[in-house]
Order: sequence, then structure tokens, then C-alpha cells
Amino acid sequence: MSDALNIIQDPTLTYKQELLALARLGESTDDSLRYSDEYYEAKRKGALCDLNEGVMPYRPRYICPDYELLFSKGCEFLQLDPPRDLLEAVNALEIFYCHVPSITSFPVYLGDLDRLLEPFVIREDRAYAKKVLGLFLRNIDRVQTDSFVHADIGPEDSITGRLLLELTEEMQLAVPNITLRYDPEKTSDDFALACVKCMLKTAKPSFANHRMFVKEWGERYAIASCYNGLSIGGGGFTLPRLRLYECALEAKSPDDFIERELPRHIDLQLEYMDKRVRFIVEQSNFFKTNFLVTEGFVKQENFTGMFGVVGLAECCNFLLGIEDKKKGFGMNKEATELGIRIMEAIDKRVSEHEAPYCDAYVHRYRLHAQVGIDSDGMDDSPGTRIPIGVEPTMLEQLEVNEKFHPFFPTGTGDIFKFEETYIKTPEAILPIIKGSLSKGLRYFSGYLENNDVVRVTGYLVKKSEIEKLRAKKQSLNNVTVFGMGAQDGGHALDRRIQHHEESSC
Amino acid sequence: MKKAPVNKIIQFSNVDGPGNRTAIFFQGCTFNCMFCHNPETINMCRSCGICVKSCPAGALSTGADGKVSWDSVKCVQCDTCIKLCPHDASPRVTWMSVEEVMQQIKRCAPYIDGITCSGGECTLQAGFMTELFAEATKLGKTCLIDSNGSFDFERDPEVLKNSLGVMLDVKAADRAWSETLISDPGDMVRKNLVFLKGIGKLFEVRTIIFPGRDAENEFTVRYVAEKIGDSCPYKIIRYRPFGVRERYQKLLGEDETDIEYAERYAQLARNLGASKAYVV
Ligand code: SF4
Ligand code: SF4
Repeated sequence: MSDALNIIQDPTLTYKQELLALARLGESTDDSLRYSDEYYEAKRKGALCDLNEGVMPYRPRYICPDYELLFSKGCEFLQLDPPRDLLEAVNALEIFYCHVPSITSFPVYLGDLDRLLEPFVIREDRAYAKKVLGLFLRNIDRVQTDSFVHADIGPEDSITGRLLLELTEEMQLAVPNITLRYDPEKTSDDFALACVKCMLKTAKPSFANHRMFVKEWGERYAIASCYNGLSIGGGGFTLPRLRLYECALEAKSPDDFIERELPRHIDLQLEYMDKRVRFIVEQSNFFKTNFLVTEGFVKQENFTGMFGVVGLAECCNFLLGIEDKKKGFGMNKEATELGIRIMEAIDKRVSEHEAPYCDAYVHRYRLHAQVGIDSDGMDDSPGTRIPIGVEPTMLEQLEVNEKFHPFFPTGTGDIFKFEETYIKTPEAILPIIKGSLSKGLRYFSGYLENNDVVRVTGYLVKKSEIEKLRAKKQSLNNVTVFGMGAQDGGHALDRRIQHHEESSC
Repeated sequence: MKKAPVNKIIQFSNVDGPGNRTAIFFQGCTFNCMFCHNPETINMCRSCGICVKSCPAGALSTGADGKVSWDSVKCVQCDTCIKLCPHDASPRVTWMSVEEVMQQIKRCAPYIDGITCSGGECTLQAGFMTELFAEATKLGKTCLIDSNGSFDFERDPEVLKNSLGVMLDVKAADRAWSETLISDPGDMVRKNLVFLKGIGKLFEVRTIIFPGRDAENEFTVRYVAEKIGDSCPYKIIRYRPFGVRERYQKLLGEDETDIEYAERYAQLARNLGASKAYVV
């Protein structure tokens, strides 16, 4: 049976999902973009992974349009005037979103919704504004059917922000993913607490370390897709990843790995990125003809390449001959310190590499702790996370995270699952978030045990939708299938629950 | 240096006072409550040796001095020892100095609102706590005492100085019922209720409601509600048989108190002026 036939006979795919799968298949028929033999060899061994980005990139992986420009100038291509009221504003956004490409063909960044919409919301009566925003969210959930669709709020409190939280709780939607940009000086405890309450009921928003991102990107940064830091008016060209465990398999010792195998693999991934970035900019149409570019919603110089890594934990455990994960990375000082050495080595080599384009970042790529894909199974934990199931106490897990998060301007994060009594004590969670962000955590996600909407590795899925797929029914959401894979292969929903943490004293 | 027997330290707790707190549980108690869920914290280990051979991890041993000691690294937390102990004790106790406890608290400090001392009965370590609270206060952390009320706070108020106050269990207001339930007539508990309220150090009061004990439940709830009024929260807790020693389960019942029944007492308390009464 041909691949195409497989796709069109798969009962779990919706029409649109079939279309995207067929497009991907079509793309794979071309092989004009070639890499070195060493690259293919490393890829075959699983040490490098292109995240199925497709062999012919015809758009950057992630695009973060400047929606403020849409609101101030309108869009000629889409024949949209600057909106004059709330209805026009959400209508303009809904239309615009349908024309923002990405790796998934869904927009990965919906804008800083509270900041964009607040001027319109404050002119309306609250109930009316809530009704309009509710329909807006419903439109996003049913049209942009992909959990990598992401909206940002904060750092300041606003009526729009509050309404979005209220609606998120009431509607229990998996899309969009939401992030609060948290700044201890700009975000009130009251607003942050409202976000914690919403998170316990819906697994969102997550909390981003606003100060850390501003330092790296300036004020105009977006959190897109899972948890990816990028420039507004820019984005990410490509995101391949080193699968560090597989990269280490041929190393004779930790030093041998850091001196020989690691640099070799880094260079292969850089080669891959350079070629792809050049191809996207020089060969494909996107930066030449797409209205997003020609009308200035994105600028090519604001894009960068995202250098991804996964499986640091397994890599360190392997190099140190640690077989019992419970005594390995995250719990074991030696393994964690080796992890830091490895990250420093990666950071150094990548930052010494002169990348094509990426002008806004002095021609440098930026590191990304990739969140894992369903096929990773238990071999490579997401980014620098401690393997699921062996997490130490929450405090210890945070302390480890705080060491690694600063390495990743283009995103990293960890997820904490709270036991049910926390629904009554959200004020017990806020100090944990504030404390960890102040100590260098970049991104905090949490959810309550037994909720329907849960966070898998970075994105949200409904457990009830996973059950639909198991019953061979279709799920509207594109990523439900990843959620099922991550649950089966990576036990992603079995992470440690925060309740009574005991330290051995 | 002053040392205290620590049963465990919970780094992050959401159920030992407001916000996120580090909770320190001391070993040893002054009462013997029928419904105790952690009976292994009641007494100090007598080094009888009974549990030693049964430890599957080889974490327990008897030293040359005849004392039983516990190796926290080897221990796999299987709870065999505490289930076997005939003396309601535990071998898993560490004698710690204020400095050692503070080391753990300092690590938690960026993430917590404060600390709570509990037990067992933490006031058995009043002197230790006084020093601990002084140190924790320097870090800007609030300190709470979770107590069964057997300690004479009026005579030794020092421990209250750096504390937000006491979370007090009032288990029974009637002397005879108190004697049955906690093996103590409870006079000191009632005295503390009034004293702590008077000096503004009553942080919250808790009473457990037992299934089918209409008269006893009502007497205690009335007593507390009339004394505390709206000065502090009054938590009405449902009896749950889980973890209660078998011999007492027979007396108190194997069913948990249902929520509607408990609500009746919260309502009664509110009617009597304890406006912050609620079921947890
Ligand atoms: S809980 Fe007790 S019996 Fe079990 S391993 Fe630890 S010391 Fe040994
Ligand atoms: S814990 Fe109990 S059984 Fe074990 S030695 Fe001490 S008193 Fe005996």
C-alpha cells in the first residue's frame, strides 16, 4: 500500500489532517537540498533529528507577526482596515491567523492578546466584551485546531486579561496555549493568583520569566508554540535537535564526549541549519513574496535558527555508567554537574558559529531545550528535564531546572503536576512560582491531577480526546495524536505529583 | 547544643497553614488520641529492637550502646518498622540542631511564606522552637505552631514571641469524653483556647467530628464557637478511619464522617457567632 493511500484510508484523520499529511508527502519527493554524508549517518543513528520539518522548507518554522502593525496600518493583501472597535479587531485577527504559515500550518503565535485588545475592550460593556471574546476563543479552538497555537498575556493586569482567564476556565478549551509574562514588579499578586487558579482548572496559563526574556530579546518578544522565546516581527527559521543520548553512544568517556563526539555532532547540526536557513531565505518564496514580509509584519533579520537539544539526562547517565535513573541526573550531583559542563560546551560552540542571516542576533543561533516528540519514548527526556517518574521533590527539581534554564533563550520549561488539594490553596503555588523565577527558572507550567485538559510535554491535550483516538474516532485537534504517543511511549502523564514532599533529614 | 527529635521535614506543604510552608514534624506527643493518623510519632523509641530484623533494606541496626539507629540513605520508606513497633514509636528520627533545621529551611526560603512546627507535639520542644523561630524570622519567614494545647503557654509565652500564633486542636470539651478520646481531661487545652484568644495568638482552631457522636460533637463545637467567636477560622474536620490504629477504629467506627453531617456542625458554629467556621 502506498503512503498516500495509507493517509487517505486512516479513519482517525480529519480532512484537513489528511491534506497536511499529503502535502508533507509531496514535499518529501524532492531532494535538491543535500547535506554531507556524515550528517545522514548521524541522522540514521538517531543522534540528529530534523523533527520532520520536511526536506524543502517553504516557510520558516515559527512566525510571530507584529499584530500591532495590523491594528495601526491594516493589511492591504487581506483588505483589512485598522479595526475601530472590538468586533472589527477580533474579526481582523481571526482572518489574519488563517494566513500565518508555520511548520504545522497553524499560527504558533496569536499576539499579546490583552495588550492588543484592551483599548477596544475598555470601550465596551463588560458582558458584551466577554461575549465577543468568548466567540473569539471558540473560533480559535475550532479553526486553529492545533495545541501549538499560543497566546500571551501580561505582565500587567487588565480587563481583557481577566476576561480571557474567566473564559478559559468556563470553556475548558485545549487551544490556545497561554502564557503569562510574569514580572515581580509589573504583575500584581492578585492577577498572578487569578492565573494560578486558572492553571489549576485548565492547565494554563504557564508562567514566563519576563525579565529574563526581556534581557535577551528586548520588550518585543513572543512566547510561541510550546514555550518558545522569539522576536515579535520575526520568528524561528528552523529547529533541529541533538539527541544527546544517541550522540554519546560512541564516546569513551565524558571528556571524550565533550572534546570529540559532541563538537562533531554540533557541527553537523550547524551545517544542517545553515543550509536550511539559506534555502528558506534565498530559494523559497516566503521572504520574497509573502505579504507578511512585503507589508512588514515580519522582517527577515528578526529570525534566528533554534539549536535544539534533548536527552541531556540520559546522556549524562550513560556517560557516567549510571543505570538506575533514580540515582542519576537530577538526583546525583556528579551527573548534574556533567550536564552543566555539556551545556556550557554546546553554548560556547554554537555561539562561536557565525550563522547566515540572523542579523538581529549578531548572526548567532540560539539554544532551545526541545520538548520531545512522541517517538522519543523513554530514551531522550525533553530538553534538560529529569526523566519522568524519577523526579525528586519539587524543590530539588526546581533547583536543577534553575541551573539549566538560563541556557535557552528560545525556550525551555518544566511541568509540575499538583495533587487535588491544591485547588483549594492556589496561594500555596504562587510563592513557588515567584521563588523559582527569581532564582533563574525560565518557564513554569503546572496542572492539577485529574483534569481533562492536561499538559503533555509542552502542549495541551484533552484526555477525553485521546480516548477518542484510542476508539479510532477522529479528533479535531491536530496534536491529540502526539499526546497519545507521549502518554504511551514516554509516560508523559505519569509525572510526579506534588503533595507532601519529604526530605530525608 | 540544643537538639530536637525530628520525625520529618516537608519542604513544601499546602496544608500546614496559609500559603506554601516548610513543615517540621517533631517526634513525641503528650496525648494518645484514639484517632491519631500518625501513631508512630507518639512515643520515643525504646530501642527494644523488635523492628530491626524486619527492615528489608538493612537500614536499622542496634549499636554497641544498645541504641537502635536508622540509616536514612538505605531506608526505602516501606513503613514496615512503624507498623511493627508495639510502642507507637518510630526508629526514623533524627536529632537535629537548630542550625541543621535552619539549613533545610534556608534552602526552601525563596519559595515559601513561612514555617510550621507540628508533630507529635511540637511544644515538647518549646525551647528549641523559640530559637528556631528567631532564626526563621530573620529570613522574613512567618512561624506557626500546630499544637494539641497541652503546653502551658501562659506560663511560658516566650515561644509565641516570633510566632503568628497557634493552630489549636480542641478535640473534646467534655472532660470524660476527652479522657476517653485523647487520654487526658483536656483542662489545659481549654485554658489555652481562652488565653491565646485573649492575647491575639489564636491562629485557628480545629475540631474533628465523629460519625454518630451527636452529643459529644455538639458539646465541643458549641464550646469552641462560643469562646472564639469570629476571632479566627474554625475548621471542622471530618473523621477518617484511614491510618487509625485498628483497636480504635472499632471504637470510633470504620466509616468516615459524611460531609452533610459535618456541615451541620459548621452551621451550628456559625450560628453561635464563629463566623469563620467551615468544613475541610
Ligand atoms: S521504613 Fe523502616 S523498615 Fe522500611 S526501610 Fe525504612 S527503616 Fe527499614
Ligand atoms: S521503633 Fe519501636 S520497635 Fe523499633 S526499636 Fe524503637 S521501640 Fe522498638
